[in-house]
Amino acid sequence: MLNIIGKRNWYFAFSLLVIIPGIISMLLWGFKLSIDFSGGSRMTLLYPEKVNEQKISAIKNVFKQNNIELVTLQTSNQTVVVRTKPVDDKQDAKILKDLQAKTGNVKQEQFETIGPVIGSETTINAFSSAALSSLLIVFYIAWSFRGVRKPVSSWRFGICAIVALLHDALLLLGVFSLLGHFAGVEIDSLFITALLTVIGFSVHDTIVVFDRIRENLRKNIEAPFEQVTNDSILQTLVRSLNTSLTALLVLTTLLLFGGESIRWFVVAMIVGIASGTYSSIFNAAPLLVVWQNYASRRKK
Amino acid sequence: MKNRPKLSLLLIVLLTLVCLLINLSEPVKVDFTLPNPSGKPIAVKYNYPGLPFMKVLGRDFAFHRGLDLQGGTSITLKANMSDIDFSQRDNALNSVKTVIEKRINFLGVSEPIVQTSKAGNDYRVLVEIPGVTDVNQAVQLVGKTAKLTFWEAGSENASNSARIATDAASLAKLGLPAGVPQVLGLNAVKTELSGSDLKQAAVTFDRNTNKPQVSLTFTADGAKKFGDITKRNTGKILAIVLDNELIEAPRVSTPIFGGNAVISGSFTTQQANNLQIQLNAGALPVSLTVLQQQAIGASLGQTSVQKSLVAGVVGFFVIVVFMVVLYKRLGLIASMALTVYTLIVLTLFRLIPITLTLAGIAGFILSVGIAVDANILIFERMKEELRKGRSHTSAIDLGFSRAWLSIRDSNMASLITSAVLFYFGTGVVRGFAFTLALGIFVSLFSAIFVTKTFLTVFYKGGEEK
Repeated sequence: MLNIIGKRNWYFAFSLLVIIPGIISMLLWGFKLSIDFSGGSRMTLLYPEKVNEQKISAIKNVFKQNNIELVTLQTSNQTVVVRTKPVDDKQDAKILKDLQAKTGNVKQEQFETIGPVIGSETTINAFSSAALSSLLIVFYIAWSFRGVRKPVSSWRFGICAIVALLHDALLLLGVFSLLGHFAGVEIDSLFITALLTVIGFSVHDTIVVFDRIRENLRKNIEAPFEQVTNDSILQTLVRSLNTSLTALLVLTTLLLFGGESIRWFVVAMIVGIASGTYSSIFNAAPLLVVWQNYASRRKK
Repeated sequence: MKNRPKLSLLLIVLLTLVCLLINLSEPVKVDFTLPNPSGKPIAVKYNYPGLPFMKVLGRDFAFHRGLDLQGGTSITLKANMSDIDFSQRDNALNSVKTVIEKRINFLGVSEPIVQTSKAGNDYRVLVEIPGVTDVNQAVQLVGKTAKLTFWEAGSENASNSARIATDAASLAKLGLPAGVPQVLGLNAVKTELSGSDLKQAAVTFDRNTNKPQVSLTFTADGAKKFGDITKRNTGKILAIVLDNELIEAPRVSTPIFGGNAVISGSFTTQQANNLQIQLNAGALPVSLTVLQQQAIGASLGQTSVQKSLVAGVVGFFVIVVFMVVLYKRLGLIASMALTVYTLIVLTLFRLIPITLTLAGIAGFILSVGIAVDANILIFERMKEELRKGRSHTSAIDLGFSRAWLSIRDSNMASLITSAVLFYFGTGVVRGFAFTLALGIFVSLFSAIFVTKTFLTVFYKGGEEK
């Protein structure tokens, strides 16, 4: 029989090994923010005729040659609306000149400096709602697990689930901070969505393991807590792996066939779901055991 | 349901057929090329005309696609900052953005984009909303300042009473809103009560005339002010003014201390609804003028959308294959349940309708994962019971009852998260939360009802090891 609980310190160490570089990276370099967060420039271009695919790629080329990152390009008939990284007046004049040369007669209708779509308020909002929902989940788990055998307090289940959630969120944030620094990967509004998805998945996954512990505690009144926890992890192992394998398979197809625009979003989901599965098996339940041992040692 | 699996099956088949019809009603056009590392690119072309008779039913069941997938309307508004101190203008612009976001949020889940923008010395707000159907309503909703004030008649002997001019220019000089001098005279004064004393506004209907009206609930402080004002104006007229325009001038019959009031005006339901939203979201700190209004295309690009769609379909088949490999006949049953699940969710997306964006689709994918998980949980439990030597029928029952607690608790946790995110979030976050919550509800239904019925009907006395 596999003994996961016995080797728990190895698993904790592995988690730290992955998370700590990410945290250091976050502290040192932070994140590379997309214009969703930082704001940028927006140009409205007007052409004398309907804009076709050829013209669009010519426009994209002009921006590329000028080393200005083009974030979105939207067309409707003769108008092209472009959002870019911040551009100053001089660069704007240069781009306009190049566009005239390469894409024909064009008029710049608007040139604006735009603020973020996701302002600091929205970000703070998202984080505080995540914190609030974590708190509510702790209460819910504490309530739902209230029948659990003493001396394991039902509050511990909730708190350990949230620790596993923090593990996953920190890991994902850390990985993207590193990716941002070394590969120039940016964080945008889709990343926020991926982060939320991972948070949802993490708790979901952890609760399934905890539910088994709750049930086994009720059935084997005599067995030591460590034993019960280890059994429960093993009994839910197949389910945990199957579920996340299904999710990972779907995400891999999205990575292979989905367009470029969702690539990093999918990568974020893959990292998060892998982490969520790991943390529910190797962190959340072992943490319960650590807590239980610590508490009973203090009593003696 | 327990004793009538056949009836349940019939219900599921009917539901599936209805969902299938609704989902097949929209025409689909796919046209792009897939990169192929070994050889020339694969062209994917497909043109599906849709079901003709659905148009006869008078309703369009097409997906509402969001800004990223389909585009919509872009509205550029200019903030009139002349009255605002230079150092405060950035702040004022940001609060304009916040109020507009709040207002649009009241309209539902459509993931708008609201951005501040500066062009030279112009302070602007860009609002992008998906779709083009209700642009005028949106402009009305977003552009109005929505400053609510209450006016009373001033004392007779004030110096202004000598003047009789009521043209717009002299009104502006007096600072009186249009329509007020006619009902209160030229000495009208603004009371201390304003829109910021409001706790909540709601649309109600007049019991006698059945006309829409907006009822107001004041804060404790506001209720006190309103009580004072109605007391000193008993028998007199009190004017209710919105954005410098008189909407109503009722005569106060008795002092009102309860902190409730009603604006009856003469609204259409939509106007009343807009006003309620604007009052609840708060007034704009500055007035706005619409500079420009134009249609814009999808921000993600058509090929990107189509690729993701194909990836989604491929992903679905991957799940089916994986489940069948893992659980054989059970996997096939799960795949059937999953098909029903997907059809129901997609139908709800079309019916409600939900504005689909990439974030919403992410929520949907997560919910598919959750639905699969519910099935896996049940099957693993059933396998355990079968290993103990139980019969299929009792293994099904026990598998369900044992798996139910973990399905319930894990889904409750996800529901809590999505509810909080929906309530406090904006834009992307809300869209994600809504589709996730919807998906969870349907997945619970699918696990409890659909999977169980399928199992009872198709899995009695099978060969499963």
